[in-house]
Amino acid sequence: MPKVTYIEHDGTPHAIDVPVGLSVMRGAVDNNVPGIDADCGGECACATCHVYVDEAWLAKLPPQGEQETSMLGFAATAQPNSRLSCQIEMTAALDGLVVRMPESQH
Amino acid sequence: MADDAGRVLIVGAGQAGATAAALLRQYGWTGSITLVGAEAASPYQRPPLSKAWLAGTATDADLRLRAPGFYAEQRIDLRTGVRVEAIDRAGRAAILADGTRLPYDRLILATGCAPRRLALPGMDLPGVLELRTQDDATRLRAALSPGARLAVIGGGYVGLEVAATAVRLGLAVTVIEREARLLARVASPELAAYIHAAHAAAGVAIRLSADVASLDGAGLDGAALDGAGDRVAGVRLGDGTVVACDATLVGVGAVPCDALARGCDLACDNGIVVDAACRTDDPAIQAIGDCTRRPLPLYATTGRLESVPNATEQAKQAAAALCGRPPPPPEVPWFWSDQYDLRIQIAGLPVGAVPRIVRQTAGAFSVAHLDAGDRLVTIETVNAVTDFAAGRMIIGRRRRLDPARLADPACPLAQTMLPE
Repeated sequence: MPKVTYIEHDGTPHAIDVPVGLSVMRGAVDNNVPGIDADCGGECACATCHVYVDEAWLAKLPPQGEQETSMLGFAATAQPNSRLSCQIEMTAALDGLVVRMPESQH
Repeated sequence: MADDAGRVLIVGAGQAGATAAALLRQYGWTGSITLVGAEAASPYQRPPLSKAWLAGTATDADLRLRAPGFYAEQRIDLRTGVRVEAIDRAGRAAILADGTRLPYDRLILATGCAPRRLALPGMDLPGVLELRTQDDATRLRAALSPGARLAVIGGGYVGLEVAATAVRLGLAVTVIEREARLLARVASPELAAYIHAAHAAAGVAIRLSADVASLDGAGLDGAALDGAGDRVAGVRLGDGTVVACDATLVGVGAVPCDALARGCDLACDNGIVVDAACRTDDPAIQAIGDCTRRPLPLYATTGRLESVPNATEQAKQAAAALCGRPPPPPEVPWFWSDQYDLRIQIAGLPVGAVPRIVRQTAGAFSVAHLDAGDRLVTIETVNAVTDFAAGRMIIGRRRRLDPARLADPACPLAQTMLPE
């Protein structure tokens, strides 16, 4: 099963097996990884599953939709490598993905 | 002071209760966590019950808030199908119907709300349905056969989401609303009119200013038997007309499930009264989610909010307080609804008669509510995610806007902010 490493803002890593077809957000929620709130349950409506994606992986992700771009545009901690993890569906090609959590999802 | 080794008992295993249990572990609670739910199902998401799950496009597994092994892995003792009958505050225990006592050091009430019942003849007829639980949704789904006629009593969000799902499944749908417009208590007239038009275009019949007098049944031979019979056959309105139907959904709002709190003399006022850390007037008891009346600091008032974001927000507040963490910053309440291809997102609370400015382009619609100082207090949006996201940020920062620029939908909302 492909693995995702979630790194908390304080540097604590969590290496999690995430089944193909689930979102990176869901992988965090199902394992109680701190730092991803996922308030809306994956509807791309809240921007509380915001992560930073390591540069090496950014180009391998599906492109942002308009909804995601707009939500991220007003996230206080957004950076160029920001994504909403509910919009990243796990595939075999994403085995080894590394994402980092912002200090806060507010 | 944090006491992170005690026994936490959470009564209510919906969005709020299940989220609080998970967050307590995330935040380092080392004591026991017991999560008790009256429904047999493990914790699930309610929003899809009127949409994807009702339409048959989401599976049972899709509804679950967490994966099946989650609660055991997190050392959360999940007990479903268990109803708490009373709270013994002096003895610090919840009491079940068979007399079993569940002791606690800290109690979190997350009992949710229940559909408001109408006191009308015929309410108990088979085919008269409500929607709160997954079991309710299963019954409703069984009634949504293509070609059948569905009468929806109540033009609020639940009723309208079900109407949208049902008409797309091929039913003939009539929405019956007592007030002069849809969403009368929860949306501006402008947003309500926009949503009304979408339903009318989809073929939903809408009866406004219509009081319901009774639900009429029919015998097996189809003969009408007012207020009686084998199953519902029509909704009789105050003016005597009858909306013929094969099933009726009653969606006329919800009432807080505060019986446990009242039974042990906690303060209640349309919801269990709590502070910003979700504490009731008993320091050992917190309450979270739909069942609470809570401070709304951005609006300098208190209120009861029925929404997923409110449930998760109060779960954060309660868990942070128990674990001795700083509280989350004051949030901008928000809400969403999906009907047809309309994604409705609202940030802030519609707080009454304030100036409203409509921004409309092809396919996108939003209503900005300003206070007397031109500060944005609410933004209602339809397929206008940029206005929603910007509006939520602006509301939280209490920024003033330029009404003239705001009225130009081509001007991005963030560029209507006036200097501080």
